[in-house]
Amino acid sequence: MSGGSVHQALSVAVSQAVPLPGSPAAVAPTFDLHIPSQLTLALGPDIVLFVGTTVLMLWAAWRPDSREHQSNVGRASLALVFVTMAAVVGYDLAHVTAGPGVIAVDAFRWASDLIFLAASAGTIALSIDYNAREGILAAESHVMVLFATSGMMLLAAGRDLMIIFLGIELMSVAVYILAGFNRRSARSAEGALKYFLLGAFSTGFLLYGIALIYGATGSTNLTVIGDRIHLYSLAGTPLVTVGVALILVGFAFKIAAVPFHMWAPDVYEGAPTPITGFMAAAVKAAAFAAFLRVWLEAFGDVVYQWHDAMWFLAILTMLAGNVVALVQRNIKRMLAYSSIAQAGYVLVGVVAGTTLGASAFLFFLAAYTLATLGAFAVIVALGDAGETQLDIGDYAGLWTTRPWLAAAMTACMLSLLGFPIFGGIGFLAKWYMLQAALEASYFGDAKPQVELAVMIVVTSVISAGYYLRLVTIMFMRPVRADGGAAGNAAPRAGHLTQWVVGVSVALLLALGLAPAYLVSWTAKSAPVIANRPTYLLPSSAIPPR
Amino acid sequence: MLADALFFSAVLFAIGVVGVLTRRNAIIIFMSVELMLNAVNLTFVAFAQVYGYAGQVFVVFVMTVAAAEAAVGLAIIISIFRHRHTVNLTDINLLKG
Amino acid sequence: MTLFYHFCFYLFGLVAVASACVFVTRKSPVAAALWLVNVLFCIAALFVLLDAQFIGAIQVLVYAGAIMVVFLFVIMLLNLGEPARIADARGTLWYIGAGGLAIVVLAAMMVRLPHPLPIETFRIAADSLVTEARATGAVAPVAVPLFTEYLLAFEVTSVLLLAAVVGAVVLGRKRNESDAGPASQPGTAGTGTAAHAR
Repeated sequence: MSGGSVHQALSVAVSQAVPLPGSPAAVAPTFDLHIPSQLTLALGPDIVLFVGTTVLMLWAAWRPDSREHQSNVGRASLALVFVTMAAVVGYDLAHVTAGPGVIAVDAFRWASDLIFLAASAGTIALSIDYNAREGILAAESHVMVLFATSGMMLLAAGRDLMIIFLGIELMSVAVYILAGFNRRSARSAEGALKYFLLGAFSTGFLLYGIALIYGATGSTNLTVIGDRIHLYSLAGTPLVTVGVALILVGFAFKIAAVPFHMWAPDVYEGAPTPITGFMAAAVKAAAFAAFLRVWLEAFGDVVYQWHDAMWFLAILTMLAGNVVALVQRNIKRMLAYSSIAQAGYVLVGVVAGTTLGASAFLFFLAAYTLATLGAFAVIVALGDAGETQLDIGDYAGLWTTRPWLAAAMTACMLSLLGFPIFGGIGFLAKWYMLQAALEASYFGDAKPQVELAVMIVVTSVISAGYYLRLVTIMFMRPVRADGGAAGNAAPRAGHLTQWVVGVSVALLLALGLAPAYLVSWTAKSAPVIANRPTYLLPSSAIPPR
Repeated sequence: MLADALFFSAVLFAIGVVGVLTRRNAIIIFMSVELMLNAVNLTFVAFAQVYGYAGQVFVVFVMTVAAAEAAVGLAIIISIFRHRHTVNLTDINLLKG
Repeated sequence: MTLFYHFCFYLFGLVAVASACVFVTRKSPVAAALWLVNVLFCIAALFVLLDAQFIGAIQVLVYAGAIMVVFLFVIMLLNLGEPARIADARGTLWYIGAGGLAIVVLAAMMVRLPHPLPIETFRIAADSLVTEARATGAVAPVAVPLFTEYLLAFEVTSVLLLAAVVGAVVLGRKRNESDAGPASQPGTAGTGTAAHAR
């Protein structure tokens, strides 16, 4: 499928986008979020997940730790994630909407939820096999993944800075624990400590930013903040400027954008491999989803002034992530830097600030999540107990010993690289980003981001250096004398790991060949506020006391 | 008093940031983060005088979050102490980047 | 605003800042923790002076009383009081960098000090906090928005605490060595563990 026809499909889909809440075309049920019962209904999938998590938590604690119990709780968690997914899809298809309030009920929320839930399903499936191999018997591992996922769903939903803050905390606290979950590994504990200290540090910045924005506007509701910043021309006042800067720093830490990325490689290397995948895919996507909503809904007027800062953030992230990844020998560290670089590409969608940028953002996150999950699933499948063979050289000759895993890894690498056909939707994701960058505009003021587009291409070429090196090593080199991961006589990967590898790679390739559905889905789900003034809504959500 | 409260809060926050950046003892770094959160609470309470009690409600949330972080953070610190017998970040260097 | 009020406000503010400075420069974690408790008490006093009596009370009870006690407990538990281990400051460069950052933050704050006034429209009357507290007590005005407008956030904090408690218990409990060891090759488990059996 060529880029041109993809774009046509996209523009058709955009024209059919969900109408603004309150417009006459909205016939679906509309929740009044000030009424607790309706708020509960609007939180349906979140509550399904949370109630299920609590039950599983009790069950996990009920019996003593054992391999069977760990596996059973894991399988039940997997089922719970699928049930939640069904609930999300149900809400999405029902086209429910909501009035102003603390949470958003829109297609963007459901689309992001599906990405997080897919990532956590993959993580739980990998964890079941991984924990059995590493002798991590605590069944709470899966429960913590579920808690983290609850936090992410809240992040995607939150339309109030307080809710977003609590969602970030719920997600982070659970992930701090997961990073240190392998209690026999000093590396795991060290990664958890670094993640925790820097995460708590960045929380401080985020919170101070929220406090200053509250001080400037008198509200924490994103819509109300957007209204007031516009109505009272607060953009550029010192409180707002410092507040936005601090919030930006807080989010940049969470998405590991470049000046604030130093924790990521250490934490990714130290954490148990499925959790590394979870952090790279879901945690990052969740932080991005909240970031996009805050950026577009609350700071619609301010974004304009922050364009240059975001621009540099994106450029630096793409450059530094890709260049440093070139010299990595450890595969988990290499993927850590790769995920930093990918965050830079996603930032381009944010900088573009258009509806196209926002849908490219979702499309890219979906592609990135699938590819990351697949890559980490292959690492789990090839790992030995204790994970001693994580050097890139350990993968030499994988094609001769395990052709399917080598092929799967290749597909994921090519997808992250953005290679056509064999890289599946990775190519289209980058294509969209390019298009979004070239068609960027601010309030009708066309400002093509040619430099960003060039940078995407240049850094993609740089990234070929490490993505293709892994592929070459797997295919061209003979198996090393000591065997490495390729000659590992360890038992075959568990069934669940194989499933994760298979499903994610199959989805990558299939969607790459027939992207129309994903395209229309992401286009429909792009937040409608993008590139549109958000202050059309009446500003009476929180009356002055 | 709003300006003065904001000023004290900014100074306390900056001292907390300096603590995080200069210290190497994990527990002291964590305590500096707590100082930062407290500085933010002071800001919220100061703005509550302007906008009403909502600002004070946020302080309750922040304290809850601080308590949750303290529980998890200290558990992580204990867990690394079991491995390394130190909480000094210069000695905790298995992962190098 | 009486002179006495201003005197108290600046007194507690300055003591808080001074204690905070002492806190970040102490070498011993125990001394640092105690100075931090002092900061927290001063902040509680500032809360009360800013008409947040209830918040001031929880600050003393929860923060200074419970959270800091947990900190001290962990310091004692890990026996971190020995002077040999606590020379922990980084190089001069870090001090300069951090000091520079602090100056930048302060400068930013100073710039906005002359006009920190937010939108006048949403301002409440000057002493309405006091009036409300006098009418219904200090707790009710905080509790009402907590359980109405911010109900969802309140529920989320309960989930957060639940996750934190479960996680802390899982991480903190003693390792059961009988179930230790990966499925095979127990000798290679975690390169760090073996090296630190000292």
